[in-house]
Amino acid sequence: MANAPASQVITLSHPLPLDSGQELAHVDIAYETYGALNADKSNAILICHALTGDQYVASTHPITGKPGWWERTVGPGKPIDTDQFHVICANVIGSCMGSTGPASKAEDGMPYAMRFPVITIRDMVRGLVGMLDALEIAQLHAVVGGSMGGMQALSLAANWPERAARVLVIASTARHSAQNIAFHEVGRQAIMADPNWREGNYYADDASPDNGLAVARMAAHITYLSEEGLTEKFGRRLQNRDTKSFGFDADFQVESYLRYQGSGFTQRFDANSYLYITRAMDYFDLAEEHGGRLGDAFKGTSARFCLVSFDSDWLYPTAESRHIVHALNAAGAPVSFVELSAPFGHDSFLLEVPALDRVIKGFLDG
Amino acid sequence: MADGLRPDLAVIARAVEAGSRVLDIGCGDGALMAELVKSRDADARGLEINPQQVERCVARGLSVVQGDANTDLVNYPDNAFDYAILSQTLQTAERPDRMLDELLRVGNKAFVSFPNFAHWRTRAALMFGGRMPVTRALPVSWYATDNIHHVTVDDFRELAREKTARIEDQWFFANEKQISATAANWRAEFAVFELSR
Repeated sequence: MANAPASQVITLSHPLPLDSGQELAHVDIAYETYGALNADKSNAILICHALTGDQYVASTHPITGKPGWWERTVGPGKPIDTDQFHVICANVIGSCMGSTGPASKAEDGMPYAMRFPVITIRDMVRGLVGMLDALEIAQLHAVVGGSMGGMQALSLAANWPERAARVLVIASTARHSAQNIAFHEVGRQAIMADPNWREGNYYADDASPDNGLAVARMAAHITYLSEEGLTEKFGRRLQNRDTKSFGFDADFQVESYLRYQGSGFTQRFDANSYLYITRAMDYFDLAEEHGGRLGDAFKGTSARFCLVSFDSDWLYPTAESRHIVHALNAAGAPVSFVELSAPFGHDSFLLEVPALDRVIKGFLDG
Repeated sequence: MADGLRPDLAVIARAVEAGSRVLDIGCGDGALMAELVKSRDADARGLEINPQQVERCVARGLSVVQGDANTDLVNYPDNAFDYAILSQTLQTAERPDRMLDELLRVGNKAFVSFPNFAHWRTRAALMFGGRMPVTRALPVSWYATDNIHHVTVDDFRELAREKTARIEDQWFFANEKQISATAANWRAEFAVFELSR
């Protein structure tokens, strides 16, 4: 893992209170912006990133050199039009791209590692709200997020209802299911079973738990794709060979692809961050935070909502979005919802789905 | 106002009071909702089963939920709307009688429009042709039509009576024009009723 790159950083002026009852002192929030903020600061859109995302939504990733993770959606003339809007995307706390996380130094000058407090989605959003306060942005034109980003958007709408006029939630959920938690637990166990993990104290070592982190990524990556998509992309085709090796090399293209995804991921992500962020997602249950009724989470909201799901997403299937829509209906909130057809599974929100572009643009302009 | 709207939608657009909360069930591409927002300053919400139509609605800035009117109205609270609108959808409902109950539960008033199966063209097609009618108002063959519960003006009046719904107003159409209520069960291709309870 390389050092954190040079985004703009805001250091929050106060310790951040956490849902666990603990506090996090000296919180840094690293963020990127695109497009000009208007004079009355009314054109800001906050984009919340997913589990392994970062603030580089529409600019080159400083470690991988790859384009921003949502460049197809964010930019001049694009569905989230930076000629019109001031787009802010911040690294969440617990992550590893410049915001305070387990790799950051604690008061004693040593990395937190597993001394970092367990955080929640609401804690991440509390950090983002602290950033908005520092930027003196009272109300966002919109908060937008896919997957874990959608959880943050929902959390902002429920807990800071005056901070966003529009809430766009894509391929997300109001709570993690047993299946969601189960897949995350596989990933965490893979990391913690890696001898290089050493109870999280690997930051000064020559080796980090890359093998465990790669396996975690491989398992998770399968959940982001659809069976149809995998079959179409790889089928049972062999990788650079005509016959099976009768061994345990990556005979199949799909194996080779997953290994590549896993090892590439370790170049840009911290294993402890992966533990903390997956935990935060597993703890997420918006209804539980509001007395057990999801509708109560949105009582009195004046924001407009739009939810989008994909028919091939089995990680956060359409039923999860409908569940949120029904709660918003019960709360009387103006809400749009559409299930789009796309073959790419959960990852559809990051890929070429023209109908998604039209929905995003229409909702943000309306 | 209401230029280009289908005539049944245009009378609804005119009848809705300004500033109302409206649920358009089966809102299609959102033409009526857009008109209600523009000329009636309505707080309009829509329910539509076809995802392409929903996408069109959202792209024009309307609040529309993709869902099935047969099952999803239950998620809306009592009296959440001043008006619930069901245009050209009643005859496709699994149980039109229950849908009418739901309309009058979520809305203080309801507009219902439907093609009149007792129009003289339909009667003539059945009587002289001996085949299920395919007419201007009912253009799809019996095996492909979404209209699973054909209804006439008189049938609807009877249903409203059974449901103790009051008919506040009614409009009838033939040849794309509004016609009088005289012998509407014969003469009307389409009907619009405004109901309350």
